[in-house]
Amino acid sequence: MAETHSLQDMRQQAAVAAKVFLQRDYSNGTVCQFQSKFPSELETRIDKQQFEETMQTLNNLYAEAEKLGSQSYIEGCLACLTAYTVFLCMETHYEKVLKKIAKYIQEQNDKIYAPRGLLLTDPIERGLRVIEVTIFEDRSLTR
Amino acid sequence: MMKNCEYQQIDPRALSVLPQSAQNNTEKTVQRSRRKWEVFPGKNRFFCDGRIILASQSGVLPLTLGLIIVTCGLFFAFDCPFLVKHLTVFIPVIGGALFVFVVFSLLRTSFTDPGILPRATPDEAADIEKQIDTSGSSTYRPPPRTKEILINQQVVKLKYCFTCKMFRPPRTSHCSLCDNCVERFDHHCPWVGNCVGKRNYRFFYSFIISLSFLTSFIFGCVITHITLRSQEGKSLVQSIQESPASVVELVICFFSIWSILGLSGFHTYLIASNLTTNEDIKGSWSSKRCAEESGNPYSYNSIITNCCATLCGPMPPSLIDRRGFLSLDEAIPAVSASEIELPPFTVKSDAHMCTQSTKDVLERMVHSYDVHGLCPPATPKTTPLDLEVSGPAAASSEPSLSAGCLPQDARQPVVPPCPPFSRSNKRRDSLHSINPAFRLASPSPSLSRTTFILGDAPDNGFIPLP
Repeated sequence: MAETHSLQDMRQQAAVAAKVFLQRDYSNGTVCQFQSKFPSELETRIDKQQFEETMQTLNNLYAEAEKLGSQSYIEGCLACLTAYTVFLCMETHYEKVLKKIAKYIQEQNDKIYAPRGLLLTDPIERGLRVIEVTIFEDRSLTR
Repeated sequence: MMKNCEYQQIDPRALSVLPQSAQNNTEKTVQRSRRKWEVFPGKNRFFCDGRIILASQSGVLPLTLGLIIVTCGLFFAFDCPFLVKHLTVFIPVIGGALFVFVVFSLLRTSFTDPGILPRATPDEAADIEKQIDTSGSSTYRPPPRTKEILINQQVVKLKYCFTCKMFRPPRTSHCSLCDNCVERFDHHCPWVGNCVGKRNYRFFYSFIISLSFLTSFIFGCVITHITLRSQEGKSLVQSIQESPASVVELVICFFSIWSILGLSGFHTYLIASNLTTNEDIKGSWSSKRCAEESGNPYSYNSIITNCCATLCGPMPPSLIDRRGFLSLDEAIPAVSASEIELPPFTVKSDAHMCTQSTKDVLERMVHSYDVHGLCPPATPKTTPLDLEVSGPAAASSEPSLSAGCLPQDARQPVVPPCPPFSRSNKRRDSLHSINPAFRLASPSPSLSRTTFILGDAPDNGFIPLP
């Protein structure tokens, strides 16, 4: 691991070549989904399939967070009955999935994107509006 | 080098973390790190170190609370003893439970982030600007930009928000009172002192429903109380004289019931059809498609599902992260990205952009002298020179240009921050008169960045001319 720089170091040392923003996909309503169209700027850096797999997993995770299922209903009813004080002690299902997403993105960055000079920013840091992909300059990789 | 420090930045976000702390981590802890709520661009007020969020004016929230507390207080003090004696002890118990529920819901509605969307970062805004067709008009307020998308096979127009620098997601609206884009914006409720949006709609609904029950309950109990008293051989007037508080309660409840019950009914209808007050008032989905059952693309076409989705659906998190600390990482990548954004702009510089940007740069210079007191003297001197250099690249990359200078300056000593900029509404308004294409999410940075670009560009050799 001595050779691979930590993401922090990379960000501070490497110069950013460009940023690609993947916008939200509203074709299914207001649920959180991102466009999985492969941006042309990344063609030279990463395999299309790999990227689309990451995007698909992310979209699935967000769908899981916002799913209207029995769990969310029970949580909602319980919250209502306790005058919403239960949220002060308990973490909501959405928050749990967000943590999972953060971990997944971290893992993807470490394994796949950082070695290629890319960095995925967790959409929650951008208000769930975009997935920001930072493209670092090539010379930082040859260090 | 020292010159760079003078007109530095003024991004209050970057400031708190920029200085030597970039190299020395311990210094970061010694220096007071700021939380994101302190630099929040909207008009909200924060309490308890960002835990509680309120609109800029609390509206009539104190009145609402006061009315509820006074009415219930009178009820418990004057009516309950009589009713407990003559009827049952459950009356104050039910009343108490309703009262607690009402107050909790009210406070939850008022103090919860309604679903505020954080403003676009400068990079995002620049990216969106790139994609929008600017016809190169010389007016400072280009026509509203809209984007049409398909939602469930229905065409929906997304509007561009000039303040937040992004295309508003569907069902999102910008509240002018709070100066924020709010998701699933219902309305701004002065009684509650906050916007009602995606995250606090269920609290608002439970507030009005429980309040309807409470007012009806108190109304009923007071009527029962007076009736029982007058049945004991006294006249109605005598009963009222014995318990004057009941009349006060009656009056308050009588007038509240009409409005509260009406509101509850209205919102029940909205929930059942998965509409927001905003959409209903504008008639977004009403008469457009008569052939289809419902023109509303968000409706699940089942009353139960609509209700469950709105009220018992998953609780979305707050997107503004009020209590998060401003990090160095946030400042630096945003900043260094701009360095490289320059070449594409210089390469594809076209005449329109040149003249427009030069004109705007000049305009901004003039404005910046008025508003920005920090860096006056040196800027005029270097301006003409810089204009040549930065002209073609200036257009929408300008904010990024100036931002680009930051990493170098990160190694410089700290520059005193300009706190008034980040929160002064007046100044923001004056800034808004400048071409919106150049406005950033936080007004102060754009201004300061402008001045600093003018001063610094040649020194840093920043702009790689093609």
